[in-house]
Amino acid sequence: MPEPVLSAGAIRKRFGHLEVLKGISLDAGAGEVISILGASGSGKSTFLRCLNLLEVPDDGRIALGGEAIAFKQGRRGPEPADRRQVQRLRQRIAMVFQSFNLWSHMTVLQNVIEAPVHVQKRPRAECVAEAEALLAKVGIADKRDHYPAHLSGGQQQRAAIARALAQKPEVMLFDEPTSALDPELVGEVLRVMRQLADEGRTMLVVTHEMGFARDVSSRVVFLDGGRVDCSGPPAEMFGAPPTERFGRFVQTHR
Amino acid sequence: MDFAFLGSTWLTLLSGLPLTLKLASGAVSCGFVLALAVAAMRVSGSRLLSGPAQAFVFAFRGTPLLVQVFLIYYGLGQFRPFLQEWGLWPFFRDAYWCALLALSLNTAAYSGEIIRGAIGSVPAGQIEAARACGMGRLTAARRIIGPIALRQALPAYSNEIISMVKATSLASIITLMEVTFIAQKLISQTFRAVEIFVCAGSIYLLVNVAITRAVWALEWWLSPHLRARPREPAALEAAHA
Ligand SMILES: Nc1ncnc2c1ncn2[C@@H]1O[C@H](COP(=O)(O)OP(=O)(O)OP(=O)(O)O)[C@@H](O)[C@H]1O
Ligand SMILES: [Mg+2]
Repeated sequence: MPEPVLSAGAIRKRFGHLEVLKGISLDAGAGEVISILGASGSGKSTFLRCLNLLEVPDDGRIALGGEAIAFKQGRRGPEPADRRQVQRLRQRIAMVFQSFNLWSHMTVLQNVIEAPVHVQKRPRAECVAEAEALLAKVGIADKRDHYPAHLSGGQQQRAAIARALAQKPEVMLFDEPTSALDPELVGEVLRVMRQLADEGRTMLVVTHEMGFARDVSSRVVFLDGGRVDCSGPPAEMFGAPPTERFGRFVQTHR
Repeated sequence: MDFAFLGSTWLTLLSGLPLTLKLASGAVSCGFVLALAVAAMRVSGSRLLSGPAQAFVFAFRGTPLLVQVFLIYYGLGQFRPFLQEWGLWPFFRDAYWCALLALSLNTAAYSGEIIRGAIGSVPAGQIEAARACGMGRLTAARRIIGPIALRQALPAYSNEIISMVKATSLASIITLMEVTFIAQKLISQTFRAVEIFVCAGSIYLLVNVAITRAVWALEWWLSPHLRARPREPAALEAAHA
């Protein structure tokens, strides 16, 4: 089996007395699109945020392209041994947030070139050219000089996707990218994500869009109470839900 | 109305304006640097750093500036032998430096809190987006948190600058010949207190109007994202729809 692009093993995380992740393992192979489903509070966001160390897991392993993140024992539990390593790995894992989180004081173009220019230190002219191509790709080329506050939610999320793509990431994490959008704007974002999937990008998508999970993803993972309840190809999962819980979840999320 | 007297008084008082401006700009500049340090200590998350910063803010916000000026100018004179030993006496003997120090420390305490509040108001999601793309702490502070916090802090900070301009008048009590000192001297010579203080007040007023205008301009320039959306050619909108 080829080396997974992103590999998470037995991830555990607790907040105070609440154990949110009780040992989740997940490998993402190159080009895989994994939909992560689960009820509210099942730990989907927490798991995704552990993958790029926005939350530091209490236990478990994370590796990107075979490079494992090194942990050491800190005063308040484990912490990354080398902050530089985390910053390096984050450049290779892009994240798209539910609430877009575009930088409000920068135009769309400035948002897109920020990480390439100021984090990855690539030549500005090259980054601008790439950014313009990315904005065209997500369909907001004409909004390059607009500020986020002047865009619709769908346009903001597409700008955020362009910003993520500008990092040239090996993996993209999406945390409910369409949940904050008005229903009529969901389609334009899903179309862009579908296009990325077709290009063979490796994506982990937390979503409530059953259509996307069924039609676009190569694998569906269902979390329940901080554990992987079941997982498999969407055709099998939705054809004959392997567990009663997932069956009920599908029933209520049609 | 004795316009000739008002005019000559105004011109006489104006000779104190350079010192007033020097004190205000010096205190605001030094105070800002100190305030950055205070704010950084306050948000550091370390008790060892935030404790002293909090005590500093508490002391300087909780006591009158007048008392602070007196304590630094007269109070530190008690420690003259000690200060001489350290070579600091020439500094603390000079009323100008004492006034500047008092004003700087005072504005540092207030501005530190303004900056801390502004940093706290930066949306967590935007900071998270910076971390998520691999940005280091310093870069995030310089590129994301600083610029957003600056825009947030400006209105309150411009009030602080204006307070400092007015507070320089307290330097008159330790014999610095700024606008208020000259005004008092003129009054003792002419006994025409009302006219002279009206002139002095108008000078402060003009300075503060200029500062307010400058900050407005800066705010406007820094916040295109808060203004109305730029108008687009209808054709572009239509082509996109
Ligand atoms: N920083 C935190 N501190 C304390 N508790 C937290 C924190 N973040 C998440 N939790 C708790 O952990 C649990 C899982 O949260 P998480 O956000 O991962 O769920 P989710 O599956 O993404 O839910 P949703 O569909 O509502 O987004 C919830 O009970 C939540 O209250
Ligand atoms: Mg969530």
